[in-house]
Amino acid sequence: MTALTDLSLAEALEGLRARAFSSRELTAAHIEAVERARALNAFVLETPDKALAMADASDARLARGEAGALEGAPLGIKDLFCTRGVRSTAASRILDGFTPPYESTVTENLWRDGALMLGKLNMDEFAMGSSNETSAFGPVVNPWRSGGSNRPLSPGGSSGGSATAVAARLALGATATDTGGSIRQPASLTGTVGVKPTYGRCSRWGIVAFASSLDQAGPIARTVTDAALLLRSMSGHDPKDSTSLPVEVPDFPKFVGRSVKGLRIGVPREYRVEGMPREIEDLWGRGVDWLRDAGCEIVEVSLPHTRYALPAYYIIAPAEASSNLARYDGMRYGLRVEGPTLSDVYQLTREAGFGDEVKRRVLIGAYVLSAGYYDAYYLKALKVRRRIAEDFHQAFEQVDALLTPTAPSAAFGLGDNSADPIAMYLNDIFTVTVNLAGLPAISVPGGVDAQGLPLGLQLIGRALDEGTLLSLSGALEKSAGFTARPERWW
Amino acid sequence: MAIDVDTIRKVANLARIRVPDERLAPLANELSGILSWIEQLNEVDTDGVEPMTSAVAVSLPMREDVVTDGGDSAQVLANAPAVRSGFFVVPKVVE
Repeated sequence: MTALTDLSLAEALEGLRARAFSSRELTAAHIEAVERARALNAFVLETPDKALAMADASDARLARGEAGALEGAPLGIKDLFCTRGVRSTAASRILDGFTPPYESTVTENLWRDGALMLGKLNMDEFAMGSSNETSAFGPVVNPWRSGGSNRPLSPGGSSGGSATAVAARLALGATATDTGGSIRQPASLTGTVGVKPTYGRCSRWGIVAFASSLDQAGPIARTVTDAALLLRSMSGHDPKDSTSLPVEVPDFPKFVGRSVKGLRIGVPREYRVEGMPREIEDLWGRGVDWLRDAGCEIVEVSLPHTRYALPAYYIIAPAEASSNLARYDGMRYGLRVEGPTLSDVYQLTREAGFGDEVKRRVLIGAYVLSAGYYDAYYLKALKVRRRIAEDFHQAFEQVDALLTPTAPSAAFGLGDNSADPIAMYLNDIFTVTVNLAGLPAISVPGGVDAQGLPLGLQLIGRALDEGTLLSLSGALEKSAGFTARPERWW
Repeated sequence: MAIDVDTIRKVANLARIRVPDERLAPLANELSGILSWIEQLNEVDTDGVEPMTSAVAVSLPMREDVVTDGGDSAQVLANAPAVRSGFFVVPKVVE
């Protein structure tokens, strides 16, 4: 019999319903895997007792025939999600010891459907980063290694713990969030499936805010079907989030496996950037062939403002972050460093509580919003943002979805990009446009490079058209036949 | 645009983050680098373009102006660094 941790989420749910094994057995197997994998640093807090108690409750519901859609499935939760009675830090010293008295809507939805929590997952501090190196808990180590080398690689970020936990078979799936690529880039670097839904599809309530007009929660999973199962439970209108969309949640898993014949797929020429590794270009070409073979029509399209997306993002996201992070003042929760005056307390608390990248972004945000610079930077960026959104609207008049690479490289070494902020920011070159436009996108593993490291393909869709993306992702998954997995060294 | 040490000091004060003197020059350098990279936005013609302030084209919903929550002062205070008699304790603001 397959090890319980090797089952997909869909297979595990089937086994639980057939009573082939209990949720307690399934959960215990995952707890053991988590404990053996501490070298990966994927979890910032393990909650085995809570997991087993939730598993027992699930087993009781399964016995009564009252199983929810995810009944008994052990998941990992990114530490950006507030979880009632369980420390939630956003991987920041400033929230050390913060124990929310409330539950985020997305996790509440997962528990409503019977899922259970193995623990809280590591991430870049406040989700600001593309390598998981800005975490106050130290970086996550990618379970994948480059062809025989022992060099530790980054799993990407900010959802590096989520991607690693799923890739290393520590959890059947994980929650994640994506402000500029933080679900899709780590999914690409770890050979997992990551879905960034339409802005407003998942409630932001109870998720520690980074850049509120860009933040969106979504799942990371090992298969497209698993991602669809998680997305269906995570989604839904929430009156507590004023930007949550009052729309029905489609039955997402039903879209996986549907024919994609006749769909028109756009290949944006501006994504063919200078210096892109040959292997990524080749994979992109194979992705085009796979979709053409599946009956899609391939169309070259233009998104002329693509190259301006990252600079616009690095005004808008820090501006929103500097505003959102103003709440960390050492008065009501989190860290407080005492000083002679009130102003000293604020300044010392924030100096000690925030890491370098968070400080950098808060300072940029304060600068671009300050008197005299607001129009030149912030307003200009909002206008460019509209140009970028219009590019997509025009493209979607001709096509049903776009196919691009997810990230400009495979997993890189820890420390390789950390000295140069702009080099790190360029990781999100293919993902950030989607956040600015509020559109859904999925990263699907497409293959491995010559070093055996996974590479992802990204599908971008119309607003609220995750269904079509899931059908296309299913087609890519089938053609790619991605069966590679990281060999256990931890 | 190049950011000098005085600007960093001013912005750090606006953001209420203490920056030690020896970090001012390196930070000015880093932020200048990032902002000069951002300047390429000036190449984009945005004449007559409305700023995009929301990722979704829906107006914010209004709700009934009624109390939906409350009476949870113990929970509200549970994570505070200092509490006394049901209040947050903060440093002296007025002499």
